[in-house]
Parts: sequence; structure tokens; C-alpha cells
Amino acid sequence: MNTLLHTMGVAGASGLQVVLTGAGGLVLLGLMRKVRARLEGRVGAPILQPLRDVRKLMRKERLRPEFATWIFPLAPVILVATVGVAAVMTPLVTSRPALSSGADLFVVVYLLLLGSTIIALAGLDAGTAFGGMGSSRALTIGALAEPALLVTILALSISAHSSNFPVIIRATIVDPGVIISPARLFALAALLIVIVAECGRLPVDNPATHLELTMIHEAMILEYAGPDLALVTLGEAMRLALLLGVFVNLIVPWGIASSTSIAAIVLGMVVLCAKVATVACALSFAEVFMAKLRLFRLPELLAGAFVLALLGVVSGVVAK
Amino acid sequence: MTSGILLACGSLVSLTGALGGAALPRPWRVPVSATLIATACVVESVAAIDVLATGQTANWHSSQVLPLTGASLALTPLGAIFVVLVALVAVPAAIYWIGYAPHGMSARPTAGSFAVFITGLLIVPAAASVATFMFLWEMMALTSLALVLTDQGRREAARSAGVWYGVITHVGAAFILAAFLILAAHSGGQSFTALESHARALAPGVRATIFLLALVGFGSKAGVVPFHVWLPKAHPEAPSPVSALMSGAMVALGVYGIVLFGDVLLGGGPVWWWLIVLTLGAVSALFGSLHAANSTDLKKLLAYSTTDNIGLVLLALGASGLFSATGHARLGALSLVAALVLLVNHAMFKGALFLAAGSVQVATGTRDLDELGGLLRRMPQTGALFLVAAASICAMPPLNGFVGEWLLFQSLLHGVNLGNTAGDIAIPVAVAALALTAGLTIVAFVKATGVGFLGRPRSPGAEVALEVPLSMRMSTGLLVTMCVVAGVAPMVILPAVERAVRAALPGVGSAPLVHGVRLQLVSVRGVLAPTVLAVSLVVAVAVVVFARRALARRRVVRVTEVWGCGRELVTARMQYTATSFAEPVQRVFDDVLRPVRDIDVSHVAESRYVIESMSYRSHVNDQIENALYLPVIRAIRRWGQFARRLQPGSVHRYLAYGLVALVVTLVVVAVLG
Repeated sequence: MNTLLHTMGVAGASGLQVVLTGAGGLVLLGLMRKVRARLEGRVGAPILQPLRDVRKLMRKERLRPEFATWIFPLAPVILVATVGVAAVMTPLVTSRPALSSGADLFVVVYLLLLGSTIIALAGLDAGTAFGGMGSSRALTIGALAEPALLVTILALSISAHSSNFPVIIRATIVDPGVIISPARLFALAALLIVIVAECGRLPVDNPATHLELTMIHEAMILEYAGPDLALVTLGEAMRLALLLGVFVNLIVPWGIASSTSIAAIVLGMVVLCAKVATVACALSFAEVFMAKLRLFRLPELLAGAFVLALLGVVSGVVAK
Repeated sequence: MTSGILLACGSLVSLTGALGGAALPRPWRVPVSATLIATACVVESVAAIDVLATGQTANWHSSQVLPLTGASLALTPLGAIFVVLVALVAVPAAIYWIGYAPHGMSARPTAGSFAVFITGLLIVPAAASVATFMFLWEMMALTSLALVLTDQGRREAARSAGVWYGVITHVGAAFILAAFLILAAHSGGQSFTALESHARALAPGVRATIFLLALVGFGSKAGVVPFHVWLPKAHPEAPSPVSALMSGAMVALGVYGIVLFGDVLLGGGPVWWWLIVLTLGAVSALFGSLHAANSTDLKKLLAYSTTDNIGLVLLALGASGLFSATGHARLGALSLVAALVLLVNHAMFKGALFLAAGSVQVATGTRDLDELGGLLRRMPQTGALFLVAAASICAMPPLNGFVGEWLLFQSLLHGVNLGNTAGDIAIPVAVAALALTAGLTIVAFVKATGVGFLGRPRSPGAEVALEVPLSMRMSTGLLVTMCVVAGVAPMVILPAVERAVRAALPGVGSAPLVHGVRLQLVSVRGVLAPTVLAVSLVVAVAVVVFARRALARRRVVRVTEVWGCGRELVTARMQYTATSFAEPVQRVFDDVLRPVRDIDVSHVAESRYVIESMSYRSHVNDQIENALYLPVIRAIRRWGQFARRLQPGSVHRYLAYGLVALVVTLVVVAVLG
């Protein structure tokens, strides 16, 4: 009986994490747009607008470009599915979600990578110039961000002797001194740059651009419309929410539910939302003062992130 | 003992296949030969699996086969893994051959060489003495050279590729022979057991010399930078089943040689040996993936990607040696498992990719990605198979490439704190190299799949392409199925790999990796549940598809035109090509690649402000070839030119040479005598 309750609790918490990254991710987008609008002196759209957009798009007619193959409608599905599976196993609300014994950070990274890779492939499917342009640029940035990302994971896992994310979180709660260790701080700085690059935020990509030639992510998904576009938007929002969730739980792990009681899970949810919203507002605030970098200046930014991550590893090894 | 007999029978059937292939008339030649080869591979694998299951070495010796020394074979668990690996590629390649033969692979010499080549590949890992090994190694090298030269009558490039391959492979063989001879001279015997028992007592300098000679020799076969230059020449020119075997299996035997010397015969070595291996691996991985991302020839792209994958294997091998040398034996074993898993995976997906690339070449008549496009609609099955194999090589979960990279990453992750300064620096850098390689591999294979199989056809050849015969699709499908199975259920292959590693590194202990559906690392914390991951992905995809369908108001999908900035005319020429796709990467790595760009602008005669035509050419040369090989070739050529001056064709001069030589000889004899 107890094990059944426990299993249900774990499953419920994981389900909640998926819903939270989905709906919460879209609200997060709305929040970030709102903050930006207010800082620019505009009223801005309501915070729930992205949610409404997705609901509207979901009900529209499905369109397929003339020369597209089955990859085109499949890609958004895989994007949402991979981020969804990652959201199930990542400790966001609870420190012991379902499948958590296999919730290696490496696995989470590769699940997200699968989603972005198939979207890049779909960018080439319609046979247009913009799609190819977008996916070529997005993959170049992705390739350059990869070393910083994996070395960051390496730095994060030194103190816990494991790259399993729940293990890292639990070790952090037990020994909070790790958070202000140079290894963790360097790694978090690198991680933040990588998150900005992977989610196509400023200064890497401008999510609000309307000019095809300056687009990266938007160019890649230019041919999507209706329910497929809704899935792409949802997937991207989920990815942003998930990565920010990972980031905040590495800085301030407190509040995360360590049992399966309803009270603990609700508390975990509220705390997570508050933490992610704070970081998102801060990011949005910083974005107002930033312009998009030239594509060929990005290697310098990402190399900087890589050096930070490497410093994290070195200081982690030296500290031992 | 049963295994020993099976082993001998297998090779015998294979050789009969070769002879049958050469002798039979054309309609029967290829099917009979291919069936016999496949049978031989199956028999050999049964022997190998028996060895892996029991952990006992199968021996066979005959003094009749090779003159003077006799032939001796001994299939160890380590060799058995390689026999299985060769068979995994050879069976599909043989089936593929049935359909591919009409495209220039049905002549008697080619058929014969193909069968002998596979025989060589199958038996090399079982060789147990220096003479047997070198004989089989040369058999494999010469027949593969003959196969690379299959098209030399029609294409100049094939002849040049043959020369490059022939020279590099034989210089490599000379290095291997030198390593063996030094070792044998100190051991007083030529059987591997004799070498092994004497090698540990040798002076460090001698051991290091032997290791370095072997590293160069086998490294040149494995396609490691800077000996990789033959791969992007020979792989594209060889017929596709041969390229699949060369890239999937033969190159792996180069790695076998390095493991054989480093871990088995010499029994491990100091840290600096393995740092060299690790560095070579990292450089090869980066260089290979960078060039793969910038290649527009589909098979050349695959060849560079072989250098990239073998680089990762050597990286794992170097890490393994490094861990063992610093007293972390278990971690060393884990890295060696990672290396072998990467190698087996590589055989599966690279075999599939080369076979699919061969199908594309047969269907469209070109390998140039800039002339392909839209093939997924013309060749749906080949296209889908290529896509899955490409996803495997990009290490996408839940396919086999992912399991290999996870193992490698985990072994590196737990090796950051070795207590050895050089090692502590090397490991994070190795992780970074692995990561950048992974990213560039994704660029290369999204490019190959996206430009080759999606979008619109860029040439008439791609427009009229037809799906290839069943045998070619089936064999590619066989390899792709292996990729999926080995990814979703790696517990099928992992115990065998572990058995081989335990045999190669005695004294490691025997805690297994596989626990039910989970892979649990030994002595370090790390868990992967690939089956669970695969099932959850499938469930998640089903849920999303269902949700999209349930929420939609209309079921019909309307076909529309694409966005052309308001223009209605969007043509195939407006698409991104392979060259333009790789341009950002090329610009970022400008200093390494040094692309050659030519822009010719011709103006209208009346005004230089009006341009009549413009042509743009860009080409990426292999900088290592330019820097290391071309100067040597130029020096040899100059020396040849100089030597030619001695031979002007005048009989008087030749008579004078004779006279001078006689006088000099007499003087020497007089002085010395």
C-alpha cells in the first residue's frame, strides 16, 4: 500500500513537472515579453498571451509545404516528446522524480539535442533558402556551445562524483557550501551562457525579429503553421523552462520536495515557479540593454563560456 | 577445440567461396560467392561467440599451410569481438553485393579479391604468430588495394587513390613488421604467447620503441591523423560494399593492433604512451569531424567521419591506458569497454551509411551532395535507413551511438582526479574534444541527410532516381536494425565486450555492467536505462501525436507553397547547398581549414559598374596533406628528375658508367684486400 502511494506520488510529481514546463514555459515567455515591454515603456501583451496563441494555433488547419516529407510533421512531435521525457526525469519540483536513477545530465542534454537536431533537419525539408540558412546557423552555434556544455557537466559532477542530476541536487542540499565553491560558480556562469545560446535568447539570437535574413531559430521554423507551429513554440518554451529550472536548482536547491506528500510537492512547485520567474525577469531585464551579436562574434562568447567551464573543472580538481 | 575446428572450417568455406567466385560464369558468380562468404562469416561468428561465452581460447595449428613457420591461429575473447565485428559488416556487405554487382563489381578478379579480402579480415584477429599475422595482414591489404583499383580503368581518381593507399598501407606494414621483429628478436620465438611472456622484462626504451612503431603502423591502418590521408581518397573510389568493409571493419583492425600491442603483448605502459594515444585520438576526432562537416562528396564525408570516430576510439583507448597506468584499473577497464563499444557501433552505422551512400550513387550517378536533394521521396526506404544510421552516428538517444558516447563520457568524468598532473589536464580537454566532435558530427550528418535526402532535387539525376534492388535495401536495413537493437538493448552486446576486456586486462575483477535493463557502472556512480529511455520516448511521441490529432478541428493537411518573401517562384537553386550549409563552420575554423576561395568578376565592356558574370569557387584542401605529404612527394620527384639526368640515352655514357664502376670496385678490392 505504501509503495503504491509512493509510486503514485512520484508519478504525479513527474506529471506535474511536465505540465509545469509546458504551461509554465509558455507563461514564462509571456512574462519575459511583458518585462521587456514595460522596460521599453510599452504596455505589452498580457502574460498569458503565448498560451492563448498556442491554443489558437492548435485548432487551425494543418499545412504542409509542397516538397516536404514526413520529417516535417514529425519534427515538432519529437521536439515536444524529448523535452517532455527530459522534464519527467529532471528534478525540478521533486528531488526524486520518475526514472531519476537514469536522469544523467548527459542524458538530459542529449534528449534536448535530439529535439533541436530534428528541428534543424526539418528546416531543410521544405527546400527553401531560409530554412537551410536557419538550420546551418543554429547547428553551428549548437556545435560551438557543446564543449562548454559538457565541460560544465564535468565541473558540476566533480563534487558529487556523479553526473546524475538528482544525486548532484541531493549532495548540494546536504553540503550547501558547494554552491559558493569556485567550481560551481564558474560552472553556473558557463551554463547560463550556454542556456542563452541554446534557447536562442539575446545576444545570440533575437526571438522577436521580423527580418528573415537576421533570423536563426525563426528562419529554421519559418514554414511551420497551425498545430505544428504550436508544437514548436511549446517545445521551445518547455526547453527554456526546463533549462532555467535546472539552473535555479543548481544555485538554490532549497524548497525542492524530498518526499511525495502533497504539501511538499505543492511547496516545491510554488518555490520552483518563484525561482524560475526571478531568473527569467533578471534575464529579460538584461536583454533590454543588449543587442544581438554578429554571428561570427558568437564563437568568442561561447569560447568564453568554455573557458569558464574549464576553470570550474580545474578549481574543482584543485579544491580536492 | 570445437571452436578451433569451426574456425578452420569457416576460413575454408570462405576461401572456396573466393575460388567459386572467380571461376563461375557471370550469372552465378556473385550470388554463389556472396552466399558462401555469408556462410563463412556465420560459422566464424559461431566460433567467436563460443569463445566469448566460455572465455576459452580456441587454438589451431598447421605446419603445412605456411612454409618454414607454419600457421597458427588462436581466437582469444579480444580477437573474438573483432571477428564478430567483421562478420557484422561482412554479411550485409555480401548480401548488398548481389544487387550492386552489375555496377562494376562482377568481374572475376574483383569477385575473387572481395572474397579473399573478407577471409583476411575474418582471420587476422585470430592470428597467433608473427608470420601468420603478417601473412594475413598483407593478404587483407593487397586484396583491398586491388578492390580500390576496381574502377581505375575508367577513373583517374581511382588510380591515384590506389597509389596513396598502397604506399601508406605498406609503409605502415613495414612499421608493424619492425615492431614485431624487435619484439621477436628479444623473445626468441614468434608465437604471441612467447612474445607476451618476454615483453614485460624488456628495457623501457625497447618497449617504448616497439609501442611507437606499432602505433604508427596500426595507426596508419586505422586512419589516425596524420596518416589519415588515404581514407578520403580510397573510401570514395572503392565500390560501396568494399568501402563499408574498409571503413567499418578493416580500420577497426588497426585499433585491434594497437590494443594487441599496448595492452596484451606489452601489458600496458607508462603514462606518456597513453597521453600520445589520447592526443592522437582527440586531434583525429576534431580534424575528421571538421573535414566531414566541410565535405560535399557524400562518401568523402563518410571517410572523414571514420577518422573522427576512430579518433574517439583512440581517445577512449588512451584514457584507458592512462587510468590503468595511474592505478585506476577498473576505470581503465571501463574506458576500454567504451572503446570497443564505440568500435562495434561504428561498424554498424558506418557500414549502413556507406551501403546507403552506394545506393544513392547507383540511383543518381553522383556522390556530390550539391547535385542531390529530395531523395527521401524518390527512394523512401534507402532514405529512411540513411536517416536512422545518421541519427546513430550523431549519438542520438535511443540509438547505439548514444550508448557508446555515454560510456566514454562517464569513464572520462570519473577520471578527472587521477593525481597525475598531465592526466588531470588531459581529461577535461578530452571531454571538450569529445563535445566539439559530437557537435560537428551533427552538422556533418544533418547536412548529409538534409541536403541529400530532403528539399528539392538539384540535378536531373536526383530527379529521376529510383529505389535500388531489394538485396541492397535489405542489407542496409540489417545494419540499421543492429544500430537500433544495440541502442535500445545494449545488454545484448555488452557482456561479450566485457568478457573481451577482462581477457585483455587480467586482474580487473568481474563485476558486470548490466543489471537487468540498466547499465550500472562498476566502482563509480552512473546509471543508464536505455530500454526505459526508448520506451518513454515512444510513449511520449504517441501522446503528442494523439494530442495534436485530438485538438485539431480539421484532419486534412493542405499542401501549400513555401514562403519566398512575396515572390511566387521558388526554385531548387535557391536552396541551401552542402557548401553553403557548411559555410559558417568553415568561417569559424578558417585558420585550421584554410579554404581556397576564387571570385572572378567580369564587367560589361561599356561600364565597369555593370557586371556581366561572376563565378565563385571555394575548395577546402586537407592541410595535413599539404604540409606533410606534398613536400615529401616533391622532394622524391626532384630526386627522380635529378636521377634522370644520369640517363640521357647515350650508349657511350652507359659504357663509361660501367668502366668507372669497375675501376672503383677494383680499387676498393685492392685497398681492402
